[in-house]
Amino acid sequence: MELICPAGTPAALRAAVDAGADAVYCGFRDETNARNFPGLNFSRAEMAEGVAYAHARGAKVLVAINTFPRAGQLGLWHGAVDDAVAAGADALILADVGLIAYAAECHPAQRLHVSVQAAAANPDAIAFYVEAFGVKRVVLPRVLSVPEIAAITRAAACETEVFVFGGLCVMAEGRCSLSSHATGQSPNMHGVCSPASHVSYRDDGNTLVSRLGDFTINKFAKGEPAAYPTLCKGRFRTGIGAGYIFEEPVSLDAAEMLPGLKKAGVTALKIEGRQRGRAYIASVVASFRAALAALEAGRPITGAGLTAMTEGQTTTVGAYRKTWR
Amino acid sequence: MELTLGPVLFNWQADDWRDFYFRIADDAPVETVVIGEVVCSKRMPFLARHLPAVAERLAAAGKTVIFGSLALVALERERRQMEELAKSEDLTVEANDVSALRHLAGRPHAIGPFVNIYNEATAAFFASRGARRMCLPPELPAASVAAIAAGVPDVTVEVFAFGRVPLAISARCYHARLHKLTKDNCRFVCEKDPDGLAVETLDNEPFLTVNGVQTLSHTVMNLVGDIDLLRSAGVGALRLSPQCCDMVAVARLFRDVIDGRREAGEAEAALAEVYPGAVFANGFVHAESGVRRVGA
Repeated sequence: MELICPAGTPAALRAAVDAGADAVYCGFRDETNARNFPGLNFSRAEMAEGVAYAHARGAKVLVAINTFPRAGQLGLWHGAVDDAVAAGADALILADVGLIAYAAECHPAQRLHVSVQAAAANPDAIAFYVEAFGVKRVVLPRVLSVPEIAAITRAAACETEVFVFGGLCVMAEGRCSLSSHATGQSPNMHGVCSPASHVSYRDDGNTLVSRLGDFTINKFAKGEPAAYPTLCKGRFRTGIGAGYIFEEPVSLDAAEMLPGLKKAGVTALKIEGRQRGRAYIASVVASFRAALAALEAGRPITGAGLTAMTEGQTTTVGAYRKTWR
Repeated sequence: MELTLGPVLFNWQADDWRDFYFRIADDAPVETVVIGEVVCSKRMPFLARHLPAVAERLAAAGKTVIFGSLALVALERERRQMEELAKSEDLTVEANDVSALRHLAGRPHAIGPFVNIYNEATAAFFASRGARRMCLPPELPAASVAAIAAGVPDVTVEVFAFGRVPLAISARCYHARLHKLTKDNCRFVCEKDPDGLAVETLDNEPFLTVNGVQTLSHTVMNLVGDIDLLRSAGVGALRLSPQCCDMVAVARLFRDVIDGRREAGEAEAALAEVYPGAVFANGFVHAESGVRRVGA
């Protein structure tokens, strides 16, 4: 199985390649990619240099252009596709049907992957993209159990890629407007979720209150670690009960699922975290490289030991285990 | 400008569901009605026994009847059910996932608000494969709606104009989770909340609404004051999403404003009486946070 690693900066790209990534995914420094955070991402020149660095070491570069182009302003997204192809990208990771159609028509030789943001969660959805555009791989949404991934991979006419580590969307990706509802900034349109520009903290003496836009997302007692106020991982109140009603501030760690994912026929394993620094990239990549080596050699996979690296410092295998639902 | 009644998103008792549509057939001034379960496949068997009678009654009343497909298709059983629905050539189907679009290509169909149509290129692609109606994602601003409508002049472009806004869908059932049950053994606890389960912040601010695997806004989208804006954007139909209030009265108020028989401000005040406690919002269409109310 290929190991696909995130890079938010050229330095992170080099760190990922040096640590043994089979491929690195990254995006341009604008709203064409779903990690449109200040200080992150690649200029056109940096992308070309990154591709050269990776190719010289036998690694691939996948360029994510996975927001949904704004109506009436398609040029920015078309330009990103053209420039990624020109930079020598090994594949483009796309979510929007119109943009995939553009890439397939204008760059018929370019390898295309369907982004997780397209939420292709079943064989018919995957077949839609394969038949219409000849896509070569689909990144599966994090809503499926391992047996379901196996069934989909068997039925799919293209390769499948799944997330194994990092931030965990509990909602079907690409189909969530929670951030947009509270802040006006959406993953699909602006490439951000629960953006830092809309986050504030208030110290109420014994309690730290985290807010997103005009809403309280969580409250922490003195000494309790304060998680970032990602909307779906806050504490809320209902008539039935209060607490983390959607999900706790946990991250995904599916290292223990690697044997099952291999048996399922999955082609590639993806690590989330283009917003994370070089040290994170290097140690997560090295750890999964070791886990994959153990898997190949038939040795048991010890826990990745990366809990300290995760947001919230707690991990889950998420939907890969059916009881999560 | 037409009116469409969207599918009931909540888990209503099957008999209530049937009676609701019978009254819509008899009294509501809407041209199109979308029926069927689009949120959770586990609810489908309960509605199935009333579905033919409801479709027949609506059609006899002159409504165009469209069958909505599931928004999230993950299980093999769901995939087969949706394939069967999409291949029923005597039905008009509204696709809420691209998997249904695979089977609908080449014949007239509708696309619901759960399929991502954010721009004119995507809309044109789907139109070229037979989409005749498109209800756009609720978070789209009016400028995007206008650019899309201009790009597909032969398509009826619809916007989500009334009701709690569907914001997210998940593999996990939050109703079951709150009741300490699993999704597979959920005991259909979502039926206890026919208008959704209110979610407040820890500071008691109303925020969201849980409906099984779906999360909606607490605020109620209300675009009755934006009808002129939407008309000039090329919108051909407004979608009214069923809530636990008098939806016939809601449809009449929207119809009155569309036809120029009533001022928007007066209709908005009347809607507040029809749906007591509803907090209206229209931020999305004005490119602001969805919770905002602009121009009231």
